Formats: sequence, structure tokens, C-alpha cells
Amino acid sequence: MKITKGTVRSWSRLGQRATFFAGALPEIAAEKEDMYVLTADLAQLSNLNKFASLYPERFINTGIAEQNMVGIASGLAMEGSCVFATTYASFIAVRSLEHVRQHISHLKLNVKLIGTAAGVVAARSGVAHWATEDVAFMRSLPNMRIICPSDCNQAYQAAYYAASTDEPMYIRLVGTPNCPMIYDENYVFDPDRISILREGSDAALLASGLIVHEALEAAELLEQKGISCTVADVHTIKPLDTETLGRLMSSHKLIATAEEHNIIGGLGSAVAEFKAGLDNAPRQIFIGMNDSFDVSAGSQRYIWEQFGITSNKIAERIEKEFDKR
Amino acid sequence: MNTSITEISELKAMTRRMKLGALEMIKAAGPKGAHIGGGFSCMEIMAVLYGSVLKLFPDKPLAPERDRLLISKNHCTLAHFPALAEAGLISRDEICSYCTDGSRLIGYPYAPEIGVEYSGGSLGMAISVGIGQALSARKRGLTNHIYVLMGDGELNEGSIWEGLMSAAHFRLSNFTVIIDRNRLCYDGTTNEIMSLGDLSAKFEAFGFNTVNCDGHDIEALLGAFSDKAADRPNAIIAETVKGHSISFAENRPEWHQKAMTDEQYEQALKEITEAE
Repeated sequence: MKITKGTVRSWSRLGQRATFFAGALPEIAAEKEDMYVLTADLAQLSNLNKFASLYPERFINTGIAEQNMVGIASGLAMEGSCVFATTYASFIAVRSLEHVRQHISHLKLNVKLIGTAAGVVAARSGVAHWATEDVAFMRSLPNMRIICPSDCNQAYQAAYYAASTDEPMYIRLVGTPNCPMIYDENYVFDPDRISILREGSDAALLASGLIVHEALEAAELLEQKGISCTVADVHTIKPLDTETLGRLMSSHKLIATAEEHNIIGGLGSAVAEFKAGLDNAPRQIFIGMNDSFDVSAGSQRYIWEQFGITSNKIAERIEKEFDKR
Repeated sequence: MNTSITEISELKAMTRRMKLGALEMIKAAGPKGAHIGGGFSCMEIMAVLYGSVLKLFPDKPLAPERDRLLISKNHCTLAHFPALAEAGLISRDEICSYCTDGSRLIGYPYAPEIGVEYSGGSLGMAISVGIGQALSARKRGLTNHIYVLMGDGELNEGSIWEGLMSAAHFRLSNFTVIIDRNRLCYDGTTNEIMSLGDLSAKFEAFGFNTVNCDGHDIEALLGAFSDKAADRPNAIIAETVKGHSISFAENRPEWHQKAMTDEQYEQALKEITEAE
């Protein structure tokens, strides 16, 4: 589909999930015959009804059985098909993890695992439905590409990218309806390049998912305080674009990573692992869930406040770092 | 049932050659030992599969129309690798490289080009993969069949029952599970450790066409494999003895994985050679 101002705006209203499952996948399936979509009893919630009614013979609902779903996805992929399998990020990345390891990662199968409601989208449901360590699990498995789209346009283009390659992949969809727009209709998703959204000279703010938008706002706030920030959308957490990262490391005094994920094992860890090999790298601060489930439930933003990943909190944290100097 | 006496005696001879091959593998594996119990419990099952049931194409091992055998209870390479040699997928010599440095014949390999369709061993997972392959085969209009060999102790794994439920739901008549019902797991008998109850009733209740047979009787196994339903998946519950045909290993949990002394090796060789 040609991406226009109108489509970008309407996707943003629908959110990443509907954009991906009701927007991109049926279009892709029209072109790509040998493709399946699997769900574990979340067809309604994932906006898969359109796909299911257009392509019933390529849609499989396994019921509430996430392990079986990922196993079946593996079997289909071993026979040469491209398979999208989806359920909540917390279930697909944890309950099914051994199937992901033994089959998809080990055998490099053409399966795209799409985790929905990642981070704390299911805010009021509580910890059981949060996915705050999914990136850590997936990142430790060889061969997995991990994409965490920051807006609906990127999520839409990531779906096309996923269908265009045979590599195993985990796509972490966050965002309820009314997802902030980061990119306009001219944006072209480059899976291998970090996307620089704003150039600054003091701190480099590396974010993923919905926190990219918060980081952009934080940069505005910091500008008023005289701190100049680069903001980078690290949509692809694995493999990392180390070329761009290296450049950011050599041109800033501080690196801050911000993510809707535990500070252990996610974007922050990935960046730190790269940074550890550099001779003269700046300090890094990790902003995210602070390795604790002792968080009061409430709205998504209320939880973000406690994690420190809202624009205000990110700005405060970075300002404090510069005050110390 | 219309199996020729020649076929039965050929399969019996094949089984005996496989057992002798397994003894060579045990020797090659050395002091670390091999999975003897679960290998010898499914020798006849494996012989009937590779000698009669499976449609394979040794010259074109990855032909889409081949039958698939996913070995979920992968602790039976002692039966599997000699069967692959019998089927012409690997050489008889290669099985002697078992578990030596650089060999592709390791404990839980993955090598579809030689007929090792699945890297099992972490139990309870192959059934779902097999269901995916059966769904794929049906959609592609292939007439092949997908088999999954499981142990009975393995049925403790919960995800197996997710798989069984879905195979019946999807009416996969091109799908058969074989249970090596040797009644032993690592720590003891399946009754002591986690009892499985009436397995036939369970499989029937899950919607499977279920057949019970003596898993060491070639003719009974051939009969079980030919009794397939047209509208639902199939289960063969093969009653077996762990460590079968080696007197000191039969029904003994400690022979799940073990090395043989030279004396034990000679005794096993004698018993297998002299068996009827």
C-alpha cells in the first residue's frame, strides 16, 4: 500500500496491533501465498478477524496453548512456509521459550514471533500480563532478530520486512490505540540502521518502542536547560547497528538508554555490551524497570512514572547527571 | 493383515543386525555409556518403521513427499542409527563413530539429510512440530504420513496433551504417535514416579484411533501400523521392555544410561547372537 499522510494518521489511531495484523498482514498474504498466521486464542484481541476471514486456510488458532502454537509454527516453517505466530509478549517469550530455543533459534526457522501488549501495556492487569524481560530472553538466543517498533508506520513496514526475509524474528508490539506518530509518510524503514531523530552534542538518548516519543519530549525539556541531546530510535535491538552506535559514543559525553523493559537484558544491556569493548566510551545510565516487580499497578503512564521512563523523569535523570559534573 | 512370512523373517533379521550395531555403538561411546534401556525397548518398532512402514527416498532424502519420523524420545539413537544404516541413509561404518569427536552422530543430532528429522531429547516437544508438518502436508496435498515416537515417561510433559488435543481437533489422519510403553523412566517405574493410568482410554478420549500391541512382536507391529483411521489421528501403544534382549538390562532403571564392562558386552553379544 502506498503510505500517505492519511494512512499514517489512521494507523496511529488504530495502534500498532491493528496496523500490523489488520493492516499489513492481509496485504502481505495477498502477495505471498506460502504464509501462515497462528494465534493462541487471541484472534479478536489481535485484530486478526480480517485475516482469518480472508485466508481461513492460512490461519490457525491453537487455543490457549502457547507452547503447542510455537511448536506447530516450527513444523510449518520446517516445511518451507513463512509463519507469523502471535500472542501476548509475556506468553510468547516465556511460556513458549523452549520451543523458540530448540526449534526457531537452533534451526534458524522462518518464524516471526509477534508479541503483543509488550512492556506494561496491560498496565492494570498487573505483573502477570506485563512483558518486561521478553527482549532479554529473546536476545540471548542465537539467530533471533529483535525489532521493537516505535510507531505504527514503523510497525507496518517491519511486517513487510519480516515477510521479505527467512530469518527468525521477534517483533515486540507495544501500544494501544492512539499511538504517537514518530515518522511521516516519507519514512523508509531500514532494519540495519538506527534512526537518528534529533542531533545534539551533550547526551545521546537511545530509546526503543513507545519510549522513543518520551525521549524526544525529554530532549525538548533538556534543551531549555541548556543540555543538547541526540535522540536515536534503536528499533532493532539485535543485531545492533554498532557503526552508528560507535559514532554516538565518540561524540557525546553521556549515553542514556530508555526502554519499557527491565534494565537487565534489554536495550541498555545490549548497548553496554558493545560499549564495554571500546577504549574511551562515555558513561551510560540505564533507564527502565528497575529490576523490581514492586510497582503499584495503575495506568501505563503511572507505571512509567515509577520506572522513570516518562519524558519528565528521563529529563530529570539526565539533568541530574550533568549537575554532578 | 496380509504380511508375508518372508517380510517378517527379513524384519527379524534386520532387528538382529540393528542390535549388533547398537552393541558396536555402545563400545564406541566408551566409559560415558549410552542410552541402552530406551534403545533396546524400541528396536522392533524402529525396524518395522524403517524396514516396512516409512516411505523414504535414500537417493533424494529431502523429497517433500517422504514420510517424516520425529523421534521425541531421542534417547534411542542405539536403535535409530542402525536403522538409518539399514535404510541406506548412512553407512554401516558410520555408526561406529557414535559420540566420537567430530561425528555427526551425537546424542541428540539434527540432520534431515540422513533421516534425522528432529533434534529431540528435551521431551514433549516433537509432537507439536509433527502436527505443524502434518498440517503443512495436508495443505500442500501430499499423501505422506507424519510419525512421532514418544516414550511413556515423556507423557508426563503437559505440552504433549496440548498437542494431542489439537491433532484431534484438526482431524489429522496423516499423523500417528507411537508410544514406547516400557513402563520405566529414569528414576523408577512410571507407576511409582508419575502414574499414567489407562493410556488407551486417555488417547481414545482425546480423539485418537488407538491400537495396543506387543512392541517386540514384528507381526503385531505391522498390524498396528496398517490400522489407520481415515478421519482422525492415530496412536499406537506398543508394550515394550526397557533394555529388551539383554538379560541384565531388562526392566532395570539403572540401565537407562550406562556403560558396559567387557564381560557384560560379551554376554550381551552372546545373548543377541544366540537368540531365536
